[in-house]
This record gives sequence, C-alpha cells and structure tokens, in this order.
Amino acid sequence: MIVNASGCLDALSAPEVAQSLDAFVTKTVTPLARRGNEPVRIAETDFGMLNSIGLANPGIDRFVADTLPRLLEIGVSVWVSVGGFAAHEYADLCARLDDQPIDGLELNVSCPNVSSPEEEVEEIVAAARAATTKTLYAKLSPAVPDVGAAATAAARAGADGLTLVNTIRGLALDPATLEPRLGPGVGGLSGPVLRPIALAAVFAAYRATGLPIVGVGGVETGLHGLELIAAGASAFALGTVLFADPEAPVRVREELEHEAAARGFATPLAAYATAHGQPPPRPLRRVA
Amino acid sequence: MREAKTRCPSRSGLRRELLDVVRVEDVGLYRLLRLKRGRLESGIPGQFFMLAPPGRLLPRPMSLCLATRTELGFLIDPVGPGTLALTTVVRGERLPVLGPLGNGFRLDVERPLLVGGGIGIAPFPYLSERLGRPPAVLGFRSKAHAEAGALVPKAEVVVEPRLVTDAVPGGHDVLACGPEPMLRAVAALAPEAQLAWEAPMACGYGACYGCAVEIDGELRRLCVDGPVLTSHDRNLTPVMSERDAA
Repeated sequence: MIVNASGCLDALSAPEVAQSLDAFVTKTVTPLARRGNEPVRIAETDFGMLNSIGLANPGIDRFVADTLPRLLEIGVSVWVSVGGFAAHEYADLCARLDDQPIDGLELNVSCPNVSSPEEEVEEIVAAARAATTKTLYAKLSPAVPDVGAAATAAARAGADGLTLVNTIRGLALDPATLEPRLGPGVGGLSGPVLRPIALAAVFAAYRATGLPIVGVGGVETGLHGLELIAAGASAFALGTVLFADPEAPVRVREELEHEAAARGFATPLAAYATAHGQPPPRPLRRVA
Repeated sequence: MREAKTRCPSRSGLRRELLDVVRVEDVGLYRLLRLKRGRLESGIPGQFFMLAPPGRLLPRPMSLCLATRTELGFLIDPVGPGTLALTTVVRGERLPVLGPLGNGFRLDVERPLLVGGGIGIAPFPYLSERLGRPPAVLGFRSKAHAEAGALVPKAEVVVEPRLVTDAVPGGHDVLACGPEPMLRAVAALAPEAQLAWEAPMACGYGACYGCAVEIDGELRRLCVDGPVLTSHDRNLTPVMSERDAA
C-alpha cells in the first residue's frame, strides 16, 4: 500500500528502492519519445520543490520493447503511468499495454508541465476504459474548483480508482536577477506544501466517489500516510521525500504501523476514512 | 555514452548514513566541512555525495575533497541557503549523507595534470592523493579565493584576469573540474580531457531527472551518466547553472 509517485523514482537506476515499495509506478509514458524540458529543471524553494522535467520518456515503442521487460525483472508489481494530448492517445497507450504483465495503469491527466487537457477527464478515462481490461486509475490535479466533481467524472467514465494529487504549478525567481529559476519558467510544486492540499483532495474525492484512492502529496512520515488513509486513501505514494531519502519507504512503513497501533488501529488500513466519521460508502477494494 | 575503462559503476547500491560533524574550517572564502566517516566508502575521486542541509527540503551534491581513515571532508562555497546551512553546522550535529554516487575520474592515466577553477578544485585534494600528487593548475577569481589552492599539492595558482588555460602545459592527461566556460576551454585545448560537470540535482541517484545535460545529443542524467565525462561523450552543450542553484 506504499508506492512511489510517478516520476519520483527510476526503478532501473535504483531497483532496491523499488523493491522496498508495494508497487512501482513508472514515469509517464507518452506515444512518442519526449526529450523533456530544457534545464534548469528543478529548484528548491522555502516551501517545496519545483520541477519542470516535461515528461521526458522514451515513448511507448521503446518503453514496451526495452524498458518494461527490464522493469518486470526487478520483481516488484509494476504500474504504468501514461499521458497524451488527446483521448485517443491515452486509449492507444492503454491498448498497447493491455497484454503486458503489469498490474495497473495510471492516467496522467494532470501534469502541470505540459499543456493539460482540462475538463477532458471524463472523455479520456472513458476512452482508456474501452481500450483496456487493466485496473485503471486516473491521476487528478488538485488545481480545479471542485476535485469531487473531477473525481465523479472519472468514476462515471469507468475509473477503478483515483490518484490524488499531482503537483501544482508554481514559479520561483532568482533573487538577484528576478528571472525564473527554472528554464521553462514555471514548474510543478511538490513536497510538504502539498500535504494539506492532498488531504483535502482525497477527502473530497472519497466523499464524492468512494473509489479506492492513492493519496499523494508531501508524505514524509508514517503519520502523514496514516492521515491520508483516514481522509479516504487506501494507499499512498512517496514523492519528493524519495529524492532526499531513498530509504524512506522502509522507514515510513515502520512508522505507519507504529502510528496506527498507537491510535488503537489493528492495521493502518483500519483507519480508512475515519476522518469522515461514518463507515465507507462501499467496501474497500485493495489497491497496489 | 562511451564506456570508460575503469568507470565506477553507479548502481552499486545506495548507502546513506547520519555522519557526525567534526568541524567546519575556513579555507580562503570557502569552507571545509569535516564529518566523521562512519561506514561510508570514500569512492573514486570525482564521485559525489548528497549532503542534507539542516532545515532544507533537498540534499546538495558535493564531491569528496578529503578522505582519511576517520573523516570525510567537503569543500563548500556558501552561496545559497543550502550551502550556508551545510557550512554553519557545529560539532554534535549529524548530517544525512548518501554516497558515493556517479562516475568518478579514470585513474589509469600516464601523465596526469589537474586543472581546476574556483570551487571546482573541491575533488582535487583527494584526487591528487590517489594519483600520487601530480602537477595541478588552479584558477581563482580573487586572491582570497585562491587561498584554497593550498589544499592541492604541486599546484600552480593563477588569479583572474589570468586564466588556467593560459597556464596549462601540453602533453598531459588532463583531469578538470570547474565552471562550464573553463571546461569548454579545457576541452578545446585537450580533447581527451576528463571533465567533471555539475548540475542542480534533487536526488543524485537517477530518480528526479533534474540534472539532465546533453550527452550524445540527448538530455541525460548527469548523476548516473556523469558527473565525469570526456569531451567525446558530448557535443558539449551542457546547461550548467550557477553553483548550488538552490
């Protein structure tokens, strides 16, 4: 129930880190290879980290032929994040991966570093749903007026679950020159600053759909993960914390067990949706 | 990228440890952070470590400057919040350190010459020791900065407006580290030179894709494909930023 946030780990460079997770989520794969954005691509701010990688990836052909076979040798459950610029691209990607031995697909409909197909969530999820029998999650942005409505759209279109949240667009300026510190200007803000935003989004999406949710955003400790579970997440992901601490999965897992036990929960998942004060609207489906 | 002969593998397993601060010393305008070594390997000169500054979100990449049986030393230019935090720690504090990471210098060279600029001399004391104290040419932008040249044995020190490339003799196997314009100039003088580059990086182990530079026409991660490259590895257009961009 602890995974990595897409784009925050390369299992081929650090297989031991991937093996310490319950599932590995790939960096987003697109139909064609993408060089990614020009440097500078990252900057630390006082409140979080900005990145503008720009979905650098080898494209689906090379991914299927070269990357995926090597990922599958690592011995950890693999989820593939896919991204495109139109619903049919998402559908094509899902169809290409439908016969691969992966455990799920995550639709990245929320990358802040490429022009985002706003308000197309339902269309994209429906197209992807028709193209695959795999477990299908939609990764949503918190930067919308109503996360619950976006979650409902994804659920209506056939998503099996939701991933919440992606980064939020941010900008940092060089104090000397007052020019953007990132090459492309703006980037996606991640880290601790996302924690309350992710909690609110998970809370709203759970209320709206009852779907399984992977909570993502600023988790650094087991307690942070337990909070996401209490808000309605059935799993959670580690993102920025992995950059500073590749051993975070092991530590956070231990802390999670401890924090749950300290509050009288037999298991961490026993805290599921307790922030809502009512039983969940439908039985929990295990994810990841 | 071409395979170098004795390049250190960068996938040998990540090691992270909390290291005790021994002390921080002034070296000219730079500062030398000395940490108890713990169980970390010192690695190959030119490899780097990720040091987590107190109170900051991301660790900072630093090449190893000194290695003794009991200590690891890092030469740091305190120019931003991260490097300032790393150089104001005191004895009794502990810093998370991950490494060694990346690919270091090839040491199987016949006539080594170290060419460094500014804080780019950071890996040279350790490199010099491992190579048997070869000659070095070091350039600095001021006399105060140039005091750090004393860390490197057998070094000719030049101060701007004189440039290191004015003082590099021919016929050597050049190992260089410094600002991008210097590395480009060195590559023009010595096409076979080994060049240690830098880029902002969040993780140091291939996870963040933040340290992309152009290698063989593609944007690739300097942390796993470098930081030491030859000019053959690149139609050199790296996009190095200012030191310690954060």
